[in-house]
Amino acid sequence: MSGAAIEIIQAKGKNADGEEEAPVVVARAVYEHPFVVRLCHWINAVALFVMVGSGLQIFRAFPSFGAKIPQKDLLHWPKAFAIGGWLGGGLQWHLTFMWIYIATGVFYLGYQIFSGNYRQVLFTPRDVPGVWPMVKHYFFFGPKPPLREAYNPLQKHAYTTAIGLGVLSVLTGLVVWKPIQFSWLAWMMGGFHYARIWHFAVMWAILFFVLGHLVMVILHGWNNFVSMLTGWKKDPEYFVPDDPTPKGEIEREDACGTPEGVP
Amino acid sequence: MDEKKFRQIGRRELLKLTPVLALGAFAVPSLQEGLLKKGLGFSDWASARLFRSRHLATTFDNAELTPFAKFPINGYDVDDPGVIFENWTLTVSGAVQKPGEYTLAQVQALPRFRQNTRHICVEGWDVIGRFGGARLSDFLQLVGADPAARFITVNCADDYYESLDMETALHPQTLLCYEMYEQPLTRAHGAPLRLTIPTKIGYKQAKYLTDLKVTHVLDRVGYWEDQGYSWFYGL
Repeated sequence: MSGAAIEIIQAKGKNADGEEEAPVVVARAVYEHPFVVRLCHWINAVALFVMVGSGLQIFRAFPSFGAKIPQKDLLHWPKAFAIGGWLGGGLQWHLTFMWIYIATGVFYLGYQIFSGNYRQVLFTPRDVPGVWPMVKHYFFFGPKPPLREAYNPLQKHAYTTAIGLGVLSVLTGLVVWKPIQFSWLAWMMGGFHYARIWHFAVMWAILFFVLGHLVMVILHGWNNFVSMLTGWKKDPEYFVPDDPTPKGEIEREDACGTPEGVP
Repeated sequence: MDEKKFRQIGRRELLKLTPVLALGAFAVPSLQEGLLKKGLGFSDWASARLFRSRHLATTFDNAELTPFAKFPINGYDVDDPGVIFENWTLTVSGAVQKPGEYTLAQVQALPRFRQNTRHICVEGWDVIGRFGGARLSDFLQLVGADPAARFITVNCADDYYESLDMETALHPQTLLCYEMYEQPLTRAHGAPLRLTIPTKIGYKQAKYLTDLKVTHVLDRVGYWEDQGYSWFYGL
């Protein structure tokens, strides 16, 4: 583990006579998610929800990717699962939250790059050999490969892809909104008509990621979920149990990312 | 560190996320409308900043045109408000040197431009049409519009109304359109005169024009804008 603070959680034991014993280690915790990452994660969760809901409301106005005459509808999205109530309302939500969505994304990417924390999530060529064992484990009941860091190679792949899809959702959206001012981007996407198709497709790809993400969060349990709220993950499975850290001492590998007030 | 201390740190870190709850303001009915209006206003402000007066909309070959029969007819009320062509004039008012009634012949006497441009509806569909007419900028010169004026407002025979920023009005592809596909404009498409603005969304391109005003202050914005749609909506 590099770059993360590790804490040893202790409890004071008592012997049969009620005397206090030396503290014993009851758990270990790792500071996994810096504040900026957690803040961006939750703002983005809300923004993405609104963008998808209002986007589907906008889609309801012309639920097709073909000609207007004759119009062949692709899918009738129920109004109950859309935000805004009508086309104008959907557009108001979409054109408001897109700024929150973009600002959060830019802030997140800037933080990850300048802090170096991107190493935690970025899928790199050295992660490639680890992908297949994880796929075997998740989908074909293979043995669980040993975990040495916060995210396994398949997770890194999923998160890196999700971030890439986020960037694509903004770029395709900009073309749908401003096909003339962003004409070179529009040209790259095959023009306004195709940009609208890509924008829709990217949304479904993001929803597919979100579904998988939620399933994995449920499977990985409470401590994992709490780590995205407090930053600290209790008893991470990648923590080597026979760590040579002496009892009663706090090991801090790196001061960076340690919350204020830690003794 | 003991367990109590660890829980304390966890609580403190959790509390640091409270700014996220500020987004809940959007769920408060009394605040929602105002916030969304501000968001839409910000988008319009950004749209105006992104607009480049010399940047042209993409034009297309004749082979890429949507057949005239498949060019949708969209009106907010009626397809034909029953304009009597013989009596029709465009009433020009506001910050102009030569206000008054202008005939179609006067508009048609200005240099004619024909362009194949994409028409995009706020609903999401798009068609490529062939539009012909006089540049609005030429017409504004003809009537002696105040170059310092900021807006153009128009009224229509079907009581529709719209407004334009001066930068877009002066854009070379913004036309007072009197023909489509090299034929005189049909009644359903806005005869005798309509706006064609390839750099704007469809509902800005008013049909059956009757009045045009050059103004410094916007007193009427637009029919759909008054229902809650974006005012600038540049493409």
